[in-house]
Amino acid sequence: MQLNKVLKKKILIDKAFTIILICAMIIYLVPIISIIYETVSRGLPALNLDFFTKPIPTAGEEGGGIANAIQGTVISIALASLIGIPVGILSGIFLSEYRELKITSFIRFINEVFHGIPSIIIGLFSFVLISKRIGFSVLAASFSLALIMIPIVTIVTQESLKMVPATIREAAFSLGIPKWKTTIFIVLRGAWQGIVTGILLSIGRIIGESAPILVTMGFYRWWFSGLDRPVSNMALNIFIFAMSPFQNWVRLAWGTALVLLVLVLLLNIIPRLMMLRREVRYE
Amino acid sequence: MFGDKIFKYTTAFFAFFIVISFLMLIYELYKGSYLAISKFGLSFIKNTVWDPVNGVFGALPLIIGTIVVSLLSLLFSLPISIGVALVLVLYLPRKISRGLAVLIETMAGVPSVIYGLWGLYVLAPFLRENVYSVLQSMFGFIPLFSGPNYGIGFLTGSMVLALMITPIITAVTKDLLLAVPTSIKEAAVSLGPKKKELALIMIKYIKPGLFAASLLGLGRAIGETMAISMVIGNKFKLFPSSLFDTWYTLSAIIANEFLEATYDLYISSLVYIGLLLLAVTLAVIIIARIIIWRFSKVRGEI
Amino acid sequence: MSDYKIIVENVSAGYNSNIVLRNINLKIPQRKITAIMGPSGSGKSTFLRILNRLHELTPGAWVKGRVILDGIDIYDRKVNPTLIRKKIGMVFQKPNPFPMMSIYDNVAIGLKLNGIKDKKTLDEIVRRSLEIVGLWDEVKGDLHRPGTMLSGGQQQRLCIARALAVNPEVILMDEPTSSLDPISSMTIESLVKKLAEDRTIVIVTHNVQQAIRLADYVAFFYLGELIEHGPAVEVFTNPKHELTLKFVKGAIG
Repeated sequence: MQLNKVLKKKILIDKAFTIILICAMIIYLVPIISIIYETVSRGLPALNLDFFTKPIPTAGEEGGGIANAIQGTVISIALASLIGIPVGILSGIFLSEYRELKITSFIRFINEVFHGIPSIIIGLFSFVLISKRIGFSVLAASFSLALIMIPIVTIVTQESLKMVPATIREAAFSLGIPKWKTTIFIVLRGAWQGIVTGILLSIGRIIGESAPILVTMGFYRWWFSGLDRPVSNMALNIFIFAMSPFQNWVRLAWGTALVLLVLVLLLNIIPRLMMLRREVRYE
Repeated sequence: MFGDKIFKYTTAFFAFFIVISFLMLIYELYKGSYLAISKFGLSFIKNTVWDPVNGVFGALPLIIGTIVVSLLSLLFSLPISIGVALVLVLYLPRKISRGLAVLIETMAGVPSVIYGLWGLYVLAPFLRENVYSVLQSMFGFIPLFSGPNYGIGFLTGSMVLALMITPIITAVTKDLLLAVPTSIKEAAVSLGPKKKELALIMIKYIKPGLFAASLLGLGRAIGETMAISMVIGNKFKLFPSSLFDTWYTLSAIIANEFLEATYDLYISSLVYIGLLLLAVTLAVIIIARIIIWRFSKVRGEI
Repeated sequence: MSDYKIIVENVSAGYNSNIVLRNINLKIPQRKITAIMGPSGSGKSTFLRILNRLHELTPGAWVKGRVILDGIDIYDRKVNPTLIRKKIGMVFQKPNPFPMMSIYDNVAIGLKLNGIKDKKTLDEIVRRSLEIVGLWDEVKGDLHRPGTMLSGGQQQRLCIARALAVNPEVILMDEPTSSLDPISSMTIESLVKKLAEDRTIVIVTHNVQQAIRLADYVAFFYLGELIEHGPAVEVFTNPKHELTLKFVKGAIG
């Protein structure tokens, strides 16, 4: 009898525990779903041909689009990738292929710390280094975005290269292929999918960055006119538009948010699907 | 042989580029804030006035704001993250759990301006109409619950930050839980067939890792800029007058005032704030990293 | 011309403070199959990896002594290990075709990266290499498909073809059949026999039966020491050392 009561109590406590955990899940999922739902439902009405083809309207003006912000964002990301991808891959190669050197664990540590530095601070660095000299410019903005990219690409390259078995390198060496050719043409090839995944993820990250953009080139609503001049940026525009009292700008903010959300989701999910497919094939 | 040497030094050069960038970052921030440092010195940290009109700047209220808001967000996020991670690992079938995990990880990649936009236009009005106003009508006689209710404010800001760091803490917690050795889990099962015991023993086992995960989340919350600037209300004050009051943080003031800063000392003071922010986040990240490295080392030995 | 392709003199090796091989002296005859036998932990794989200077690539590894290939000490400071490795091919325990690379490229890559660009030459060498390992008829229609999609036995033969393509004089084999099924193993063994007609083969095996089937010469390693070596017929029919006898009879290993 007594035992039965204790057992019943235990089961009850266990049930309560389960319910608390499920509540935690719901408390998190409800706002997440709300973010996605509100962005879609408020952003969708803003999307039309004008949105993608017309330039940004002045404050209080009706209509318009974000065409120059799209151009500016593409340019910023392209420039950032131009620096970020090669630097990230090459340093990732060093950290993986020369890991017997003591210095690499130190660099790895610095790289991880660098990865954790808030983007606003990276932006301020680029501001002092570049913007203060040549003015608010897409160059300064792209440099800060590249610095955000580099640690990510480095970490992913390093991890992907490590996954290539040592005997692959040894097989190449025993064909009389020197280490540098082995690394570039054989090991890197085997790790390519992982590296591409990392690059996509890092682009997904910088496409939504607005803090470093704000401090390196500010808000701008015209077309590209030179590397030493600012360009318009989608993520920063969301901030500027949202904080403004103008209905039309707020509308464009939601539209831009939807476009960015879709891009970020794609850039996050495509690589994951690629990885899944690869796992399946290797199994 | 020659090609190998060139290759080694080229890749090494780019790896060192990261180290050099890191050192330069510290140096350039120092240079950028030199004007403010030479004018205010370290008393910048304890001064409580922010008066751009008269060129007087102090950061104490921002420091307090940053500490309170990020700790609050961690307080909100930690139990939820642990709960979500436990549900993912122990309760859901593998397929659903995987899908949800991908969704949650993806949320870590959603731009902070989108969290801010949602916080400003969806969460804040909702809290103002349905939560804060109700709380005020019930507990309005307590000073903590009185005062103006804008919807935006430091409490709302902490909630948005909590949402943003939850994916990070959840992901780390989930990995830690998955790495709990079977021997520990079996010991738990032998105590009783219930999941509660298992969950509690696993949580106890991963405690040091959980601490590091919290620090990572905290580091992220401290540095988070745009979203917090959009929902905190951006008002410079030492302490808020109530739970619903507006406030300011180190990062929010940079985002909100940088483009308005019209003279060198003003800009320099904002960069000085960036330097403070860097010092705080570096301390948090480095401690977290060291704990994680130690933890994984200990694990490796067992 | 010496009868010996490789002469190993006073070689010791190890990792950091561990000694894996102690003072090894061995002569490896030309165009014969030399089997390196021994239980696991005897240092036989390390020995093999010393012959093409792969051992030194592991962090903490060290080697002492001389390894003379065609009269040249390959551990001489003036010697470039990459050039040495061109003469000495290697086949590994587990088949390891290069990932994300076609069957054709797997065979051709050694030549391509050593500067041979001519498509005709490449085509011909790829074909001849695949023919020698008996893979040509099986894969000639699938040359563009990834090498990793072949079966285990086919992959191992592909790896042998890959080594053959650069025309090495010596082929080192590190338990090449240990991860394969019996039928694939037999195919590989008969291939090894064929390769020894004009190449020097050094094959590591922990399988006594395999050594009996293949070897012209045998060296028996135990706990880092070379216990006994000589023509296979002598070592198997009349071992001088008690340990060798035990191993051959299957009592240790």
